[in-house]
Amino acid sequence: MNNVLRVENVSKNYGSFTALNNVSISVPKGSIFGLLGPNGAGKTSLIRIINQITLPDSGTVYLDDEILQPHHIQYIGYLPEERGLYKSMKVGEQALYLAQLKGMSKDEAKKKLKYWFEKFEITDWWNKKIQELSKGMAQKVQFIVTVMHSPKLLIFDEPFSGFDPINANLIKDEILNLRNEGASIIFSTHRMESVEEMCDYIALINKSNKILDGKLKDIKQQFKTNQYEVGLLSENKEMLSNQISAQFSVENSKTTSFNDDLRLLFSLKNGETSKDLIEFLNNKAQITHFTEVIPSVNDIFLKSVASNS
Amino acid sequence: MDKLKLIIKREFLAKVKNKSFIVMTILSPLMVVALFSLIIFLNEKNAEEIRTIAFVDESQQFTDAFEDSDGVKYINLTSLGIVEAREKTKEFYYGLLVIPKTDSLSELSNNITFFSNDTPSLTVLSSIESKLEKKIRNLKIAELQIDVDKIKAIETTVTIDAENFSGEKSSKIGSVLRMFAGGGFGYLIFMFIIIYGTSVMRSVIEEKTSRIIEVIISSVKPFQLMMGKIIGNAMAGILQFIIWMVIGGILLFAITLYFGVGDVSSSSAQMAPEMVQQMQNSSNNDLQLILLEIKNLPILTMFFSFIIYFLGGYLIYSSIYAAIGAAVDSETDTQQFMMPVLMPLVIAIYVGFSVIENPHGPIALAFSLFPLTSPIVMLMRIPFGVPWWQLITSISLLIVTFIGMVWFAAKIYRVGILMYGKKPSYKEIYKWLKY
Repeated sequence: MNNVLRVENVSKNYGSFTALNNVSISVPKGSIFGLLGPNGAGKTSLIRIINQITLPDSGTVYLDDEILQPHHIQYIGYLPEERGLYKSMKVGEQALYLAQLKGMSKDEAKKKLKYWFEKFEITDWWNKKIQELSKGMAQKVQFIVTVMHSPKLLIFDEPFSGFDPINANLIKDEILNLRNEGASIIFSTHRMESVEEMCDYIALINKSNKILDGKLKDIKQQFKTNQYEVGLLSENKEMLSNQISAQFSVENSKTTSFNDDLRLLFSLKNGETSKDLIEFLNNKAQITHFTEVIPSVNDIFLKSVASNS
Repeated sequence: MDKLKLIIKREFLAKVKNKSFIVMTILSPLMVVALFSLIIFLNEKNAEEIRTIAFVDESQQFTDAFEDSDGVKYINLTSLGIVEAREKTKEFYYGLLVIPKTDSLSELSNNITFFSNDTPSLTVLSSIESKLEKKIRNLKIAELQIDVDKIKAIETTVTIDAENFSGEKSSKIGSVLRMFAGGGFGYLIFMFIIIYGTSVMRSVIEEKTSRIIEVIISSVKPFQLMMGKIIGNAMAGILQFIIWMVIGGILLFAITLYFGVGDVSSSSAQMAPEMVQQMQNSSNNDLQLILLEIKNLPILTMFFSFIIYFLGGYLIYSSIYAAIGAAVDSETDTQQFMMPVLMPLVIAIYVGFSVIENPHGPIALAFSLFPLTSPIVMLMRIPFGVPWWQLITSISLLIVTFIGMVWFAAKIYRVGILMYGKKPSYKEIYKWLKY
């Protein structure tokens, strides 16, 4: 199997409240997996089960095809949404402590930490206490603490919160780097543009149920509605419009451009292809713009959640 | 196991490196010594003060009754008359004793008055009273024409030589000392449980408010974290206790040397009964006697039972404290849960102080077996000697309870540490037990 993590039919109840209802996901090796869902959908419950912080009521979790066991925590790195560090402990001491809790030896941890501290150019923070650092600085330390034991599965819950754009970019690059080095990443966030940019796979959880999952590309294909955005140049706009609306179902696009006279949104019916459309238009006007409209993750998210509830 | 060790180490160091711990550990014994020195110093200062007491003896029979004694001087102002003597005393002397003129000695004994500017000190009054009693008694003997020699022959002084069946001498000073030792140790355990229990709770709350908790428990089990915290703090507590004992031991040794009981201590193993006898006879050797009695206390038993009962009591209470810490978001929210925790401890202290009056009564027994109060009450009883079966029963109950309590607390802790926001009710906490 090529899945680093498989969650099978996991359910979790807190009293009479159902946090997860029969949820299954698979995270392929070397991918970035976006775990999406509105607040309170059950994402954190699922992540906590993967981290063995809580146990599922039913269902099984496999890491590398082995049933999840306590010793697996050394292969997982977790950056929780609610995160922090001991305020009165020194940065270096604290990082060493957390590394050893993850099962690293002290020497090994020192070596790794030296590498990361140099990479982030923060070696002079070693003897500072966390309370002397700014929030962004502390977040950098927190990131290092999460990844220092080179886990094969990394779980980031809202990793960019608390970072300024420059540092957010730095972290983003590091996450992509880690993926390229072979780590698999579960990524839970509300920032849809970063999902769009980074994720290979996504799963959408709403009201304790998984309502959607798969390759991001496939899901986008599945959600596209055969719409095309077209820009046209023509001397007689009126006549062209009339001709077009006689043939196709069309509306004015929300975007405007200075390059063309008309910006239209075509919704093709079954049987009609983009080729037909281009041929039709090519005879009548000069085409300046032609794209298939692909729904954004944001649209997919909103649409799925709305139709689910 | 390695992780538990790591956590214990961190918690221990976090506690021990704390400035307040260092200050408390080193300063407390010094402060106790300073306080005692101050009391002794003030006492001596008081003794140095010489009080002059004037007296007007209209009966003319007591002129020779008042001899100057330590700190008190007597002046006969009978010649001045009451009115003038009062004026003079008001200005210059501590007080004025007026003995009226009467025919009957029995009547006289109820008509003597002492005037003073301030409320007179009890010791001064009783010293005057005893002087008067003695004199009146002698006068009566003369009046009734009783043979003084016969009376002397009647007088007897009884000194009971108290000894238990295993042959250990005990004395009044000894039992007072036992009361102090027992009370002191019981109170110390009370303080330790509260101080270190609260410290565990603070540490739990700190992890919640700093939001590191979820990072940590993605690496270790909540139970390990809780136990690590509890054990780490307990070790800090024991370290503090040992440091205090060592400093106390050194100070005791220093005092012993200073007051010259040194040779006794060196041969305390074969401490001669005659020596004890001799010391009891010489009334000036109070301090030496106390030091001797301290050496007679079951110090080793007390030391080890302190450690056992501190650990047992502390484990029970600190796990409750840990659960409370996990249930709330900030220390201000802990109030409603603290009351029921402090209750048994406070009751134990009250019961304990009445128990040292009667260390082997049924109340003493009951409360020294009941695990929530036994650490304090039993420790107060130990200096008086406790049968082994009671000690063993009490410790077994303590161990069973702390296992149950740790299990119970761990369940609340596990859920509580991940709960933020609202302050939970008892009902909600009860629900957590079933998650």
